[in-house]
Amino acid sequence: MSEFNRRKFLGKTAALLSAMVAAGFISTSAMAMDATTTGQAVTDTTVTVGILHSLTGTMAISETGAQEAEKLAIKQINESGGILGRQIEIIQEDGASDWPTFAEKSRKLLVQDKVAAVFGCWTSASRKAALPVFEQENGLLYYPTFYEGLEQSHNVIYTGQEATQQILAGLDWVAKEKEAKTFYLIGSDYIWPRTSMKIARKHIENVLGGKVVGEDYKPLGDTQFGSTINKIRLKKPDVIYAAVVGGSNVAWFKQLKAAGITSENQTLLTISVTEDEVLGIGGENLEGFYSVMKYFQSQDNANNAAFVKEFKAMWGDDSVIGDVTQAAYLGPWLWKAAVERAGSFDVDKVVAESEKGDIELTTAPEGYVKLHPNHHLWSKARVGQWNKDGQATIVYESELIEPNPFPEGYQ
Amino acid sequence: MGEYSIQELTSIFAMQGFAGLSLFSVLLLMALGLAIIFGQMGVINMAHGEFMAVGAYTTYLLSVISETYFPSFLQYYFLFAILASFVIAGILGYLTEFILIRHLYKRPLDTLLATWGLSLIMQQSFRSIFGAREVSPTLPDWLMGAYQPTESIYIPINGMFVLGLTLVVTVGVYILMYRSNWGLAVRATTQNRIMSGAVGINTKKIDRLTFALGCGIAGIAGAAFTTIASTGPTSGSLYIVDTFMVVVFGGAASLFGTIASAFTIAQAQSILEFFISGSMAKVLTLLTLVIILMMRPEGLFSNKVRK
Repeated sequence: MSEFNRRKFLGKTAALLSAMVAAGFISTSAMAMDATTTGQAVTDTTVTVGILHSLTGTMAISETGAQEAEKLAIKQINESGGILGRQIEIIQEDGASDWPTFAEKSRKLLVQDKVAAVFGCWTSASRKAALPVFEQENGLLYYPTFYEGLEQSHNVIYTGQEATQQILAGLDWVAKEKEAKTFYLIGSDYIWPRTSMKIARKHIENVLGGKVVGEDYKPLGDTQFGSTINKIRLKKPDVIYAAVVGGSNVAWFKQLKAAGITSENQTLLTISVTEDEVLGIGGENLEGFYSVMKYFQSQDNANNAAFVKEFKAMWGDDSVIGDVTQAAYLGPWLWKAAVERAGSFDVDKVVAESEKGDIELTTAPEGYVKLHPNHHLWSKARVGQWNKDGQATIVYESELIEPNPFPEGYQ
Repeated sequence: MGEYSIQELTSIFAMQGFAGLSLFSVLLLMALGLAIIFGQMGVINMAHGEFMAVGAYTTYLLSVISETYFPSFLQYYFLFAILASFVIAGILGYLTEFILIRHLYKRPLDTLLATWGLSLIMQQSFRSIFGAREVSPTLPDWLMGAYQPTESIYIPINGMFVLGLTLVVTVGVYILMYRSNWGLAVRATTQNRIMSGAVGINTKKIDRLTFALGCGIAGIAGAAFTTIASTGPTSGSLYIVDTFMVVVFGGAASLFGTIASAFTIAQAQSILEFFISGSMAKVLTLLTLVIILMMRPEGLFSNKVRK
C-alpha cells in the first residue's frame, strides 16, 4: 500500500467512523480510546468502581444509608447509559468499623481490583487511615461525611460539608434569630466534635461577641448525662450546642427530656443529628430542637421528591435519608461529570477537571451544588426543627457557602 | 456563685445527688450478675455484656409485639419484659455453661478467650436478626418524664425505676446467696469443691444454676437499661469494662464489696464530672482505682482465706 493509499484508507475509515457515530451506531464515548489504557479495570463496555463502607460493627448503623445511596446513583447512571458508554460495575468491601481494615481494603480495591474510583469511608478516622493508600496508589476517593476540615488531598473529593460550612451559618442563625449570647458546648470526645467546638468557640467569642459558659466532652458510648445536665442547668445558657454521637446521643436526648429540659424552655442546636439518628432517638425526645445540616429529607423541590421516591423504591418504605446519605448520592454523579469532561477515567485527568471549579450538579436533591477547586462543594446550610414524626421543618436556608477547609483565625 | 439563690443551689445539689445514685444503681445492676459468676465460679465471662443485650432485645421484641397486637397491654408490658429477659438470658446462660464453660473450669484463662468468642458470635447474631441500626423499645408513659417535688427539682422517673429495681434485685441476690440452703451450697462449692461433693452437694448442677443466675441478672440489667439508652448489636461491649471495674475493685467474691465499689466509683465519677469534663472525670476515676488496686490487689473487700 503506497503512502497515498494508506492516507486515503485512514481518511475513509475516519469518515466511516464519524458517520457511524452520527448514525448512533457507536456512542461517542467509545471514541475516547485512552479510557481503556489507564491501567484501571476498564473494558470497552464496563468500568469498575469500589464501595467501601462498614457493613458490620458499630458504624454499620450510619454507613448503611451512604452505601445505599451510592448504589442508587450508580444504578441510575447505568440506566441512563453509563459513563463514556460503559456500565459501572461495583466491587463492595466491608470496612468493618475498623480503621486499619479501611486501609487494607482500599489497597485491595486499588492494587488488585484496579478500580477507577472508590466511594466510601464515613468517620474521619477511617478516612485518615485510608488516605495514605489513596495518595500512594494515586486512587480517587469520594468522601460523603460532614467533617472537621483541615484537609485537602489530591486524591479525595469531599462531598459533605467541611466544618465552617455547617457551624458558622448555624451559629449566625441562632445568634440572630434567638438573640443568643451564652452558649454551652457539649460533644463526644474525639477529633470531629473537638475541632468543631474549637471553631464554634472562636466564632462565638470573636465574631458574635457571645460567651461560652461551658465546654464538655463525654467518652464515646457514655450513657450517663446526669451531672452534665445539672451543670447546664446551673449555667443557664441561651443555647446548648451539641455534637454528641452514636449510642450516647439517644441517652443524651432521653435524659434531657426526663430532666425537664425541652424545646419549651431551652434552645438546642446540634450538628450531629440527621434523620438516621432520629430513628434511634425517637422524634418525641427531640421535638422542637434544631439541627444544622445541608440537607433534610423534607426539603421541598422536584429533585428531592424524585430522589426520595427512588430511594424508597429501592431500599424500602421505612428507610429515611439523612444528610450524609444525600452527600453520598452526589459522589457518583460528580465523578461522572468529571470523567465525561476528561474523556478518560485516568485519576489525574479526572482530578484536573474537578479542580477547574466549574463542575456543577443541577439535579442534586439538596439543590444546586458546585465543586470548588479545593475539592469541596459549594453548598447551603439549612436549619431544621425536629417534629415528632422524625422529620424536620426547615426554618432557615443560607446562601451558597464557599468551602474553606483551612479557615484563618479559627485554628 | 453569688448570682444563684439558695433555692437554686439546693435544687442542683439534690439533683446532683440523685445523678450519683442513679449511676450507682446502673453500675451495681451491671455488676451483680458478673460478681456472681466471676466471684463464685472464677469464670471471666467476657460475654456478660451480650447477655445484657439479650435482655434489651427481649424487651424490644416484646414492645414491638405488644404495640402491634395488644396496644392496651403497652402500659404494662415492661414489667413482664423484665421477667422474660431474666428467663431468656438465664436459659441461654444455662446452655452456655452446659456446652462451653463446663469443659474449661480447669483452665480459667481459656474461659476468657472462649467467652470473648461467644460475645462476637452473639454480636453478629444480633446484627443478623435485628439489623445493624440501634433500636429502642416504646416505653410506657409512666416511665417517662420527671417527678417534681418542688418547682425547680426534676428527678427522672426512669432513673428512680432503675434504682428501685436494683434494690429489689440486690436484696433478692442477698437472700438467695446468704439466707438460703442453695446459697450455702454455692458458697461451699466456691470454698472447697471436693469437700462439697463429698457431703452430697451436686456441684455440677450448682455451677450450671449459678452461671444461669448470673446471666439472668445480666438480662434484667439489659431490660432496665432500655429506659436509659438505645440497644445495638455492640451495646454490650460498652458496658463490659465498667462492669469488670466494679467487680475487681470491690473484691471478687463479696456482694458487699460490689455494692461499696459501685457506690464509690459512681459518686467519684459523678461529682468529678460536675467540676471537670466528662472524659477527664473518667480518667481521674480510673487512675484512682489503679492506685488503690496497687495497694490492695484483692480489692476493697475480700473473703479472708488462708494463703
